[in-house]
Amino acid sequence: MIQSDQILQTLHMIDEEKLDVRTITMGISLFNCVCDDSRRLAARVYSRIVRQAENLVKVGEEIEREFGVLIVNKRIAVTPVSLITGAINDPLVIARALDRAAHETGVDFIGGYSALVQKGMTEADRRLILSIPQALSETDLLCSSVNLASTRSGIDMDAVRLCGESIKTLAERTKAKDGLGCAKLVIFANAVEDNPFMAGAFHGPGEGDCSVSVGVSGPGVVKRALEAVKGESFDVVAETIKKTAFRITRVGQLVAMEASRRLNVPFGIVDLSLAPTPAVGDSVAHILEEMGLEKCGTHGSTAALALLNDAVKKGGVMASSHVGGLSGAFIPLSEDIGMIEAAACGALTLDKLEAMTCVCSVGLDMIAVPGDTSASTISAIIADEAAIGVVNNKTTAVRIIPAPEKKVGDFVEFGGLLGRAPVIPVHPFSSEVFIARGGHIPAPLHSLRN
Amino acid sequence: MAAVSKAVVTVIGFDRKGIIAQVSGVLFECGINILEISQTIVDGMFNMLMIVDLSEPTCSFEELQDRLSELASAISVQIRIQKIEIFEAMHQI
Repeated sequence: MIQSDQILQTLHMIDEEKLDVRTITMGISLFNCVCDDSRRLAARVYSRIVRQAENLVKVGEEIEREFGVLIVNKRIAVTPVSLITGAINDPLVIARALDRAAHETGVDFIGGYSALVQKGMTEADRRLILSIPQALSETDLLCSSVNLASTRSGIDMDAVRLCGESIKTLAERTKAKDGLGCAKLVIFANAVEDNPFMAGAFHGPGEGDCSVSVGVSGPGVVKRALEAVKGESFDVVAETIKKTAFRITRVGQLVAMEASRRLNVPFGIVDLSLAPTPAVGDSVAHILEEMGLEKCGTHGSTAALALLNDAVKKGGVMASSHVGGLSGAFIPLSEDIGMIEAAACGALTLDKLEAMTCVCSVGLDMIAVPGDTSASTISAIIADEAAIGVVNNKTTAVRIIPAPEKKVGDFVEFGGLLGRAPVIPVHPFSSEVFIARGGHIPAPLHSLRN
Repeated sequence: MAAVSKAVVTVIGFDRKGIIAQVSGVLFECGINILEISQTIVDGMFNMLMIVDLSEPTCSFEELQDRLSELASAISVQIRIQKIEIFEAMHQI
């Protein structure tokens, strides 16, 4: 029987510590829409999504009300669009159809304007990457991603160059909003096919017709749990995080099972994530500081994050029947009040963030750099991050905003979950010649590991 | 109505006469049976937990929730009703 102190503890987590479910994401395959007439393809894509996700928002709200836990976003992820546009010339018609479908179903975001080019680019992939700036600047809810590297196939440096250029153009096209378009584009290495989190969600080609997945949140709950073990050894810290992650993930599992049953769609995965928001008390950086660091970004931050990321996975894995997605701690700069403070006071630099991405669940996320940063420098940042992912056999990503007309120390304001970020410096030395080479960085050797 | 049959009602606020009577009144009118009640008052703060049976309701969960919210604003306390699975999921394996 449930005890009253357990009921009060749950209510406390929801009210005071901002425990919530970040997203219910419905993955929808678009392969059955394929045809060689762009208008017909767009119409099929639209009606497929609107029909399949008709009740998604309604069911999300019902679950939210009945269980008393906030479900912040309802989202849709679709088959990477470059895979269904091989026979048409202009992928932009699909971008518009996706955005319309997102508005019609009432979801917060739709992801999947994507290309998978880790080994090479088809003509459709190239067209899609080149169209990203226009697609994201002319739509509201559409998110895009490109996977350009993998441990098995290395890094596609032609795509790296193209993506750097696309990011620059996209920032210019959304100049009025501080380059907001770039917040909706993620460049991946080792992208996963079932990630429910935006902007990088897509419904991978290996997935079934439709599934629902859930991404959990709850950095505030972990921080509060660690406040109770001040001064204790790391063994105690790790155990405390594991137990807390277990509880958080159980809520995600419950919500996922309910959503799957009510929508009559197979359950995909629970993504065991600590996803911060810009709200006070919802910060991953503050968890690291609770472990004893004066400011996130100082020496010890990588070790603290490694422990956190691992303990979150270990705690969460037993709480869910199907675990997947990005599963771990996220360190987006603009979406985490502790990270924002640390970057603004100079404790957290781009180089330290890069080191931290070796042990977190994703990568360089929501980072604002000066508007005059060149496309080749952005490409080089992407290449570095991809190399970390490829060599360490993990997912890495870059979501970077070269904020137009902003200089180091200025702030960019995105609002909502995307938050605000101080513009941080990049290295002033050029990577132009390096990026101009193009070609492919071969897959790494996976023996003789040192 | 889903197959779920139990929920937890929590009432928090400054103590005053008739809180239990009024909350139970709404539950009774909606066909909800009370299975367990625990109540404490610390420094004038009223805190009540109820476990209730939802298996024979006379109205929808949404309606019940709305009626409890109306009562909550009328008597200036916080009243919540949540299906019990969220508590069980978090605290039981």
